[in-house]
Amino acid sequence: MSFEYLGLKEINGPLVVLEGALNIAFEEMVELKLEDGSVKAGRVVYLDDEKAIIQVFEGTYGLSLTNTKTICSGRPLTLPVSEEILGRVFSGSGKAIDGLGEICAEKYLDINGAPLNPVARTYPRDFIQTGISAIDALSTIIRGQKLPIFSGSGMQHNKLAVQIVNQASVKNSSNDFCIVFAAMGVKNDVATFFKRSFQESGVANNVVMFLNLSNDPIVERILTPRCALTAAEYLAYEKGKHVLVILTDMTAYAEALREFSSSKGEIPGRKGYPGYLYSDLASIYERAGIIEGLEGSVTQIPILTMPNDDITHPVPDLTGYITEGQIVLDRNLDQKGIYPPVSILPSLSRLMKDGIGEGFTRWDHSVLANQLFSSYAKAQDARSLASVIGEEELSALDKKYLNFGNMLETEFIGQLASENRTIEETLDLGWKLLKMFSKEELDRVDEETFNRIYGLKN
Amino acid sequence: MQNSNKIYSINGAIIKVKDTKDFFMLEKVFVGQKQLIGEVIAVNENETTIQVYESTAGLKPGEEVLGSGMAMSVTLGPGLVSNIFDGIQRPLKALNSVYGATILPGSKVKVLDEDKLWNVSVKVKVGQTLTPGQIYAVCSETQLIEHRLMVPPNISGIVVSCAASGLHKLLDVIVILEDENGKQHELTLCQQWPIRVPRPTKQRLELNMPLITGQRVIDSLFPIAKGGVAAVPGGFGTGKTMTQHQLAKWAEADLIVYVGCGERGNEMTQVLKEFGSLIDPKSQRPLTERTILIANTSNMPVAAREASIYTGVAIAEYYRDMGYDVAMMADSTSRWAEALREISASLEEMPAEEGFPAYLPSRLSQFYERAGRYKTLGGMEGSISIIGAVSPQGSDFSEPVTQNTKRFVRCFWALSKSLAYGRHYPAIDWNMSYTEYIEDLRLWFESNLGSEFLQFRQEVLNILQDETKWLEIVKLIGSDVLPDEQKLTLEIAKIIRVGFLQQNAYHKIDTYVPLKKQMLMMGIILNLYNKCKNVLKSGALFTDILGTGIFEVVTKLKYDIANDDLKKFEDYNKLIETKLMVLNN
Repeated sequence: MSFEYLGLKEINGPLVVLEGALNIAFEEMVELKLEDGSVKAGRVVYLDDEKAIIQVFEGTYGLSLTNTKTICSGRPLTLPVSEEILGRVFSGSGKAIDGLGEICAEKYLDINGAPLNPVARTYPRDFIQTGISAIDALSTIIRGQKLPIFSGSGMQHNKLAVQIVNQASVKNSSNDFCIVFAAMGVKNDVATFFKRSFQESGVANNVVMFLNLSNDPIVERILTPRCALTAAEYLAYEKGKHVLVILTDMTAYAEALREFSSSKGEIPGRKGYPGYLYSDLASIYERAGIIEGLEGSVTQIPILTMPNDDITHPVPDLTGYITEGQIVLDRNLDQKGIYPPVSILPSLSRLMKDGIGEGFTRWDHSVLANQLFSSYAKAQDARSLASVIGEEELSALDKKYLNFGNMLETEFIGQLASENRTIEETLDLGWKLLKMFSKEELDRVDEETFNRIYGLKN
Repeated sequence: MQNSNKIYSINGAIIKVKDTKDFFMLEKVFVGQKQLIGEVIAVNENETTIQVYESTAGLKPGEEVLGSGMAMSVTLGPGLVSNIFDGIQRPLKALNSVYGATILPGSKVKVLDEDKLWNVSVKVKVGQTLTPGQIYAVCSETQLIEHRLMVPPNISGIVVSCAASGLHKLLDVIVILEDENGKQHELTLCQQWPIRVPRPTKQRLELNMPLITGQRVIDSLFPIAKGGVAAVPGGFGTGKTMTQHQLAKWAEADLIVYVGCGERGNEMTQVLKEFGSLIDPKSQRPLTERTILIANTSNMPVAAREASIYTGVAIAEYYRDMGYDVAMMADSTSRWAEALREISASLEEMPAEEGFPAYLPSRLSQFYERAGRYKTLGGMEGSISIIGAVSPQGSDFSEPVTQNTKRFVRCFWALSKSLAYGRHYPAIDWNMSYTEYIEDLRLWFESNLGSEFLQFRQEVLNILQDETKWLEIVKLIGSDVLPDEQKLTLEIAKIIRVGFLQQNAYHKIDTYVPLKKQMLMMGIILNLYNKCKNVLKSGALFTDILGTGIFEVVTKLKYDIANDDLKKFEDYNKLIETKLMVLNN
């Protein structure tokens, strides 16, 4: 049974106030029907005996206090799902926009999901090979992980995301990934780039797209990642698929949240973002993982652009606190023409330690990774010293580090967008670069490993 | 008779009820048809404000709110240890088996297993007078923890009947007490205690013993006392959680309460799994047998996150009262402060700094003051040490939570991003960290390790200080121009950093290092330093010393000397002697 109410009390930005509503529930979905027959969706965000405040998704354009009929649905915002969603394109609120008609729903799922019981989770350990050395060797992605890409405007994060999508594979697993792609506030060109790339690489039939472009309503943007993750969870936990979720751009999402929060008159926290930004982001990012006893998994790669390349900005900062590591792109490397411009020192994968080594990647993986980090950190020190006293004045050892730093950037980090290196190739390449150092200079390599790696050749 | 109270308004986790005088402050209430758990947080003539610990989606005005007649409490009894709870003490394993993988609003299960039989041995007789805190029975909760059942703090009287020792269920009446007013109290295996009220004790004691953690940078440079408080601030990726895990694994406490407050779900899963398989070095039993986990992950309701800290500390106090040394890890207190901020904002309170409520400092101090070493009501000695992680926004230590925490803790282990980037773990920055416990612990160190320990500590700190100073110069002009003696200092500082402060949590020897070995390690590094200084004085060149390779040997000795093979240090001292002898001539 649904109720209909005529007229509104107040309209303010994306919010409308309904008076005298009875039997309406918190966070319930409503439809606002205009006189001309057009329909807008909304959600109840505040409720008391006398009034209900409703947030309208498609904008309040055209609404007046008298021309609107409000219809209560009696349920929270749901997403219709079935296996047909693969290969389809939806709006940010889950409406089909590819002209192929509505989804014939198998069921309707609440887009807010429900928190996963930590006891029911399986700790993720399966290594995903992306074919990108900087990621595979130094900030390894694990199936079921949430690992964001911190980028900046104008850098090649989209190209990197497409490359990951195209090349991601798990050893000894025939089950390929399917992809859920959510665009929040991105430019039309970017959405087209992803669409085209998916078609070119032939994965388009395995992709579900949720598009909220930069000129679409901001309230819908708040729903976009939730719809996408609901679809992902459905595919993973009910259909047993391994799902890779790309969310871009989380900064635009957070800005939408800020805009919406200020229109509700909430007290702002840092940089005007609402105080609940952390909890809100967590309700998105935490929806990655594996449930014990179930087949599928949800792996998240959110992309965000750091305003002014500032990693301490609230959005990357809070994201870093929730996600299991981060892949940071660096403007300097990008300027040097190195692709992918992954800055390896601040990049980190928290789940890496349990997903590498014997039985996962290769026995020497963690030693190599530690040594590369350590040597590259010294190369950076040498660089900053060289910028003060000049390269000529450096000691022989510092010059060696300088050289190593450059080699690592061009040969190891840098690769082609179509280049798919196996983990063995990546690790061998790393050892090859380290060969320029003597045994004493490899401070993270123990005797046994050293002999096993270089033994025959020395 | 209670009138029926109806929900008037709903705003996120905050609901209001109008025109009622039925509720008292901090009362636990049940909200709506699903009987969501809530707590009364403000009462005035017109309306009562309730914060709801579960998602309020789907709630309607007009649904009923029921009072429970008691404050938000924890259930205390055998079965807590080895278990995992959410912020309002719902057991997650039981929830999982009843309701499945997700936590839905309105899910209800019993806190403790009421059917399990415990082998109880009763310690009192009929006619005996019992006072608060006195033990009336014990049972073995796990192999490591003997659960001591104590008379609740507000009850005393004469035993009028008591059950026989043997197998009992949680709610079986063990003892009936008659107080001086003739009122009878039934004591079972469990009791309730309001989470926001500290459990009473007899007396606060001085702190005089270190909480040994097996982590070199902590035990040797910045030790914490049993009953002390420490904060671990650090930006993301600096290893806060890793440090907390290491402490939870190896700290020499009887019981660990680990509160995952607003952190990652996978991390809690990892703790569950790892602690089940790790063996406590002292008792040779799995670590889970001395661990209680509270997990309110970041996506669980924010109000329950606020409560989780109190739930944790109330449980810790209960075990302290049994006479145990309890260590509580809170990861992270910033998330808890943010929960305060969120709730405060939806109450439309006037914000202070960065939107945090003005009562943030007082709440923080109330929480940290629940740590300490005490004489319990039952006459035993117990302690709670609290180690709180802080996640400063933008890694900026000047933000309100870090600054206010700093005022209430006496031990500060600052994690640094640049150390973490260089994969120097634990990334505790020696220039920013401090401890105020040294003076309290002086006597203990001197009588257990000799006066050398603190002397070594000071020398190591001095060398690190000097290094910072010389490195400033190196940054400007390069290291070649420094005199040999300063080069030596830099090299020794490097050994301290790499060979002593860096500790590999994944290495079977290095993950936990006994205090004695820590001292010997400092000793050998300082010995090397002094010997090298002498060699330099006698005219040798620094590059000659470098050429002997002795520095590498000492740097790597942390992996080469087993924790129970401390005699080997003598060999190293001899090695230093022989290697440097050549240069002396």
